[in-house]
Amino acid sequence: MTSATHAAPGSAPPAAASGRLGARAEILAFLVMAGLLAALPLTGLIYPYFLMQALCFAIFACAFNLLIGYVGLLSFGHAMFLGTGGYIAAHSAKVWGFPPELAILAGLLAAGAIGTLVGLLAIRRQGIYFAMTTLALSQMVYFVYLQAPFTHGEDGIQSVPQGRLFGLFDLSQQQTFYYVVLAVFLIAFLLIRRIVNSPFGDILKAIRENEPRAISLGYRTERYKLMAFVLSATLAGLAGSVKALVAQNASLTDVHWTMSGEVVLMCLVGGLGTIFGPVIGAVVIIAMQQYLAGFGQWVLVIQGVIFIACVLAFRRGIVGEIIAFAQWRGAEKR
Amino acid sequence: MAEAANGALLTVAGLEAWYGESHILHGVDFHVRPGEVVTLLGRNGAGKTTTLKSVMGMIGKRSGSIRFDGAETIRLTSDRIARAGIALCPEERGIFASLDVKENLTLPPVVRPGGLSLDQIFELFPNLKERLGSQGTKLSGGEQQMLAIGRILRTGARLLMLDEPTEGLAPVIIQQIGRTIARLKQSGFTILLVEQNFRWASKVADRFYVMEHGRVVDGFASADLEANKQKLQDYLGV
Repeated sequence: MTSATHAAPGSAPPAAASGRLGARAEILAFLVMAGLLAALPLTGLIYPYFLMQALCFAIFACAFNLLIGYVGLLSFGHAMFLGTGGYIAAHSAKVWGFPPELAILAGLLAAGAIGTLVGLLAIRRQGIYFAMTTLALSQMVYFVYLQAPFTHGEDGIQSVPQGRLFGLFDLSQQQTFYYVVLAVFLIAFLLIRRIVNSPFGDILKAIRENEPRAISLGYRTERYKLMAFVLSATLAGLAGSVKALVAQNASLTDVHWTMSGEVVLMCLVGGLGTIFGPVIGAVVIIAMQQYLAGFGQWVLVIQGVIFIACVLAFRRGIVGEIIAFAQWRGAEKR
Repeated sequence: MAEAANGALLTVAGLEAWYGESHILHGVDFHVRPGEVVTLLGRNGAGKTTTLKSVMGMIGKRSGSIRFDGAETIRLTSDRIARAGIALCPEERGIFASLDVKENLTLPPVVRPGGLSLDQIFELFPNLKERLGSQGTKLSGGEQQMLAIGRILRTGARLLMLDEPTEGLAPVIIQQIGRTIARLKQSGFTILLVEQNFRWASKVADRFYVMEHGRVVDGFASADLEANKQKLQDYLGV
């Protein structure tokens, strides 16, 4: 071994290869993000409603990224969890009179339950077979929601009451609701970060990289994949539940397969397997839909072009490219 | 070959294995006693790696008998075999690139007491301690090999199977790995090696088996190596 292969003790470890920032940079980025999101509605530049929608999609994209980015499983049916969360939260708030916290809890538990069933069937296969199994099951779920009386079919569940959170916070006040959504988002984000950086997260990454090796080290990888799948589904359900209360409706849009595609796009644009990527990706895609709404159906064409551009030229996504650039600069300086 | 296998930790009998339609192992027989270092020798394609993978349960289609510590393992899945106390350090090392050295070291589950502590592992491989925060892929070949061996020492596995641990490494690292194997043997580990480099293996192993065309064709103790040298050279084509 040459001395060149030894790192001087105490020198900074090289940044990770797979979209990991240093711990300090990650905390700093988190604080900047939280500060920005807390200050934005006060500037009056952006509607809180739009920001709340974007944050819900950011939770959804982060949940999805947990599966594709860290376990390497591409689910093509995640809309079923978003939609389930939405329908159950909306129904329990409107029909059963649940307060918002219980409605959200009901929504995410329902999504977690469906996630367990779907996961048990889907995780036995990988790659295209996993994607197609999840797509097929989500189409079945879509059909159930289309036919079930409680969802009101094409009309969806309208005028969902927002209520008072814990009997204290009046969610019909947009500003109040915004900070509640922000808190939910930050908690979900930190939870996912914690999962990813835990020993459990290490096992997930090992499975993504070399599943047979992880098995031969003594892990029943199917259990870990199922756990990750259920966690991802539950968090997607959380996103759907909150979104239903924000929008005061739950509709078929959220269970449609195009929504499953959109979340793939969000993660790709932001950066797969990076912790901040899905947040940025969700904001970019939702902003595009909002600000390019004047172009009508052409938004889909623009999204398609962005998707192709990402896959061809920026495969690491926005955040992935930034991290790669920072690492390259760091290496240049050394 | 017809030695008694009484008291062996690992006894493989009539092991056959297939990759898809290709029949790779045609009835492999050997055994490893507790505390021994045994080496499988043979040319490329003789079935040595397949034998290790079969013992680890990583080959889909296999038949015959693999008894570990008195229990039949041929039908167990590879995670259960690992938990029974067998660990494999594969030829390609299988370091997880997105994990750093420490995460790679602590990833394998501890299956039973008796494994080495991290400090003991660092004593064997001081380089790993210096590179603790580095990504698995940023290590040199030698360091990757040390990491691959190091991480199976923590688990408490009793039988360590090392597949060509010296392949492609500098002589100084090969010596270090040789010393490590001697230390591990002293500590009571049982080791099954696959090696092409029989000169190196002759210094660390107690016994040898020679494989050819998916069968064990010969076996002798390290002490008889000189007497068998010509035969061995014919087997290995060196």
